[in-house]
Amino acid sequence: MSRPEDILPPDLFYNDSESRKYTTSSRIQRIQSDMTHRALDMLDLTSPSMILDVGCGSGLSGEILSASDEDGTPGGPHVWIGFDISASMLGVALEKEVEGDLFLADAGQGVPFRAGTFDAAISISAIQWLCNAETSEDSPAGRLSRFFNGLYASLRRGGRAVCQFYPKNDEQKQMVSSAAVKAGFGAGLLEDDPGTKNAKTYLVLTVGGGDTDGDITGVVRGMDGVDVQDSRRRGRDRHGKDVKGSKAWILRKKEQQESRGKVVKATSKYTGRKRRIQW
Amino acid sequence: MKLLTLNFLTCAIKTCKGSPASFPLHPRDSELEIIETDINLPFLKNILPRLTWDAVRTISTELGLPELPATAPTREDLVEPSSTSEDDAEEVPTQVAKDLHRLLLETCVKEGKLVCGCCEHEYQVKEGVANFLLPGHLV
Repeated sequence: MSRPEDILPPDLFYNDSESRKYTTSSRIQRIQSDMTHRALDMLDLTSPSMILDVGCGSGLSGEILSASDEDGTPGGPHVWIGFDISASMLGVALEKEVEGDLFLADAGQGVPFRAGTFDAAISISAIQWLCNAETSEDSPAGRLSRFFNGLYASLRRGGRAVCQFYPKNDEQKQMVSSAAVKAGFGAGLLEDDPGTKNAKTYLVLTVGGGDTDGDITGVVRGMDGVDVQDSRRRGRDRHGKDVKGSKAWILRKKEQQESRGKVVKATSKYTGRKRRIQW
Repeated sequence: MKLLTLNFLTCAIKTCKGSPASFPLHPRDSELEIIETDINLPFLKNILPRLTWDAVRTISTELGLPELPATAPTREDLVEPSSTSEDDAEEVPTQVAKDLHRLLLETCVKEGKLVCGCCEHEYQVKEGVANFLLPGHLV
């Protein structure tokens, strides 16, 4: 899988030719529209709403948001506001005369809208770009926290946001979701086709209050083929420490002893494993 | 950029956060255009309670548009009271709803700039796209 965010910053990577390539490729169009529909299913909108599209690019998902209910957009046609950092991408969107309002803005600098503006927010293949900082005075954590804090404030109570992104590794997944939780969201990750090359990760965010049904477990209730894995506090006690005797605890203790210069048995696949019940 | 968006947009600069003067942004030297769209009555009803009517009035006065009434219309003002007894009939928008649609969703700022009332920062608007990129020290 190619990682454009490792090559250049987004405003430079998506230049005129790359934006055109992105927008005209029928393969990308299909993937984007599938993901937008999936995200809309999770947003569960029933009436025309105000939606924020973060990293709207050339408006591929915006076109779906503006479509009416008969054309397959639940609750549509919605009114949307999109922002993107690439001027070339926005240029393509202008040529296509998309219906939403466009902004040239960096999501990592915050979301400049009044509190409670939007019913919902959507972001398709964008927030992995926030995990990179281009200047020394900025950091990925700072960019993520500004974005999620701004997003949290601009959503109405009971609103939802679905952000599809391509995390590079588990660490990045963790970094993004913990930044969202810190901002106040109820956060959860939904993975489609996990373990394959086509894995797609959706960060489902809920704002408390209003009439929503809890966090992500409420969002996916009633969806087919979804396994819920709740990892909150698993293997940790109330204070967030590893449970005594667990594998993580044993490994931590071994490391501690080793750093003090003691002789420690090598760690193997049997370390901290439960004995068979027959033993 | 639609006037509806202007009703939600605030200054992006960190020091302006929380300052009442950072909303609304004041349009200057702006060129308006009308982009016609279909009226979307359920959306108008949905967004109406979220509008800051004072800001709508300020902006429309600054843009030289006709004077608006002092109080915001209510949801009842938007739907024509139907004389027929059929409940499932399509709701008919009133003149108030049509005017509101014209003002908020069809009137767009095409060129010009938006100025923050607090820090005087100018955001350029070109071809309807506002530039909200900030230099690093203002974030």
